[in-house]
Amino acid sequence: MEYLGIFFDQVYRILFLLVPVLVSVAMVVWLDRRVWAFVQKRQGPNVVGPFGLLQTIADALKYIFKEIIIPSSSNKVIFILAPIVTMTLALIAWAVIPFSATQVLADINVGILYLFAVSSLGVYGIIMGGWASNSKYPFLGAIRSAAQMVSYEVSIGVIIINVLLCVGSLNLNDIVIAQKNLWFVIPLFPMFVIFFISALAETNRPPFDLPEAEAELVAGYQTEYSGMMYAMFWLGEYANILLMCAMGAILFLGGWLSPLEIYPFTLVPGPLWLVLKILLLFLLFALVKAIVPRYRYDQLMKLGWKVFLPLSLIWVVLTASYLFYFNLLPVN
Amino acid sequence: MIAHSIFFYTFSIIAIVSAIMVTASKNTVHSVFFLILDFISISCLFIMIGAEFLGMIMLIVYVGAVAVLFLFVVMMLNVAQQKNQWFSSEESSKHIPVGLIISTLIFVELIIVIGGWKYKPDLFDINNSIEINNVSNTHSLGQVLYTDYIHIFQISGMILLVAMIGAIVLTFRKRVGVKTQSYIKQISRERSDGVSVLKVESNKGVKIDD
Repeated sequence: MEYLGIFFDQVYRILFLLVPVLVSVAMVVWLDRRVWAFVQKRQGPNVVGPFGLLQTIADALKYIFKEIIIPSSSNKVIFILAPIVTMTLALIAWAVIPFSATQVLADINVGILYLFAVSSLGVYGIIMGGWASNSKYPFLGAIRSAAQMVSYEVSIGVIIINVLLCVGSLNLNDIVIAQKNLWFVIPLFPMFVIFFISALAETNRPPFDLPEAEAELVAGYQTEYSGMMYAMFWLGEYANILLMCAMGAILFLGGWLSPLEIYPFTLVPGPLWLVLKILLLFLLFALVKAIVPRYRYDQLMKLGWKVFLPLSLIWVVLTASYLFYFNLLPVN
Repeated sequence: MIAHSIFFYTFSIIAIVSAIMVTASKNTVHSVFFLILDFISISCLFIMIGAEFLGMIMLIVYVGAVAVLFLFVVMMLNVAQQKNQWFSSEESSKHIPVGLIISTLIFVELIIVIGGWKYKPDLFDINNSIEINNVSNTHSLGQVLYTDYIHIFQISGMILLVAMIGAIVLTFRKRVGVKTQSYIKQISRERSDGVSVLKVESNKGVKIDD
């Protein structure tokens, strides 16, 4: 009986986190399309519900009622597993995101490593989908995405090391609290820029959306998917984008901390600050999608390996030497 | 404690079964996926014994990077189609004795290693003291790795670096006659490089591409 109580308690807490995440994913898709339309002087989705807010729900309903087509020459098990893997990985990472000092589902010691590990596993959904479709366009998309995500992960890892040098702990709440006086976006501004661009590449967002470049590859790894399976890829992708935004907010923008510890700011609760910061970063993601043309593949690889990796490595050396010379290394 | 052992046995069974399936499955790509499942369940076991840092690093390095490259290579080579030729009746029977010899050798080596295994006597004391000091797993690893074992750590890093450079040198070849695009050249192109305004006399024309 005792275990049953714990079980239901945990299920309640998980649902309390996941349902808002899924709803906000739906809202964020709408926001993305609206921003995109706004930049291009269009209206965007504005018919279903107030301001078109229910557009994503309508789309999801449409997907649910569509037939799921499985290509006869595909590898069926892996074909079906791929969207499930994408979706699951996008959702389990939210377990460690701290919404305030106490509101964390799993306050683990190695939170940032967990986030990094889960985001690096995200490539599997794409490779599995691309390979199992047994078709040329999805396979090309999968190969592109594997190379792209593995190369940009490296620079994200090095950037995380930069932040960890300033914090001295792998716990996400510790990382947030270490920014009480100064958000890391100020001393580590170049790293923030590189992190943002790498996050674009890691989530296959434009201008790095080569895995699904519609002009060359139809829809990349998603070409053979239909109905709910396509929708799961889509939801997982946006949940991943939100996750990268949350990671950026926690690493550089002070997570749930308010910008200033003075009266009007302290009225707003911590979780709301985190949501606002995630939304701010997401707006940047949406704007970049609207205004930047797609990269060529060799430019993408050059940028990852020859610009970002050396720059972030040099910055690690700089940060470490600065902290060591001025005796600022965090000790706990 | 019951939940703990339930999880332990679940993960161990998954690890063992998927390790067997790596060799037993007919499709090579499936074996790589089983290998990934094996890595994941072993990192879960690491986390269960309190070595959360090792577990996460296992996930990041093996599952996130090494297995992706495995998968990449296996998919590109398309081994799944060739396997029928490799494992067809007469070809495979030649390899059985060699395989048996190698596997017995590895088995004997494993027995020797595990049989001669000794715990450092003060290991358990260190374990206890860590729990008393409430130092996290990552912290205590770092304290040992960068002080007592710094030379071994650095040497292993150098070996990996040498291996990496060696692999690059071995596969690198300069190809002649390949046209590459350099974006610096493309961006720094001025109007005057491409366009010139000429006065054309009638009945003479302009000579281009000279």
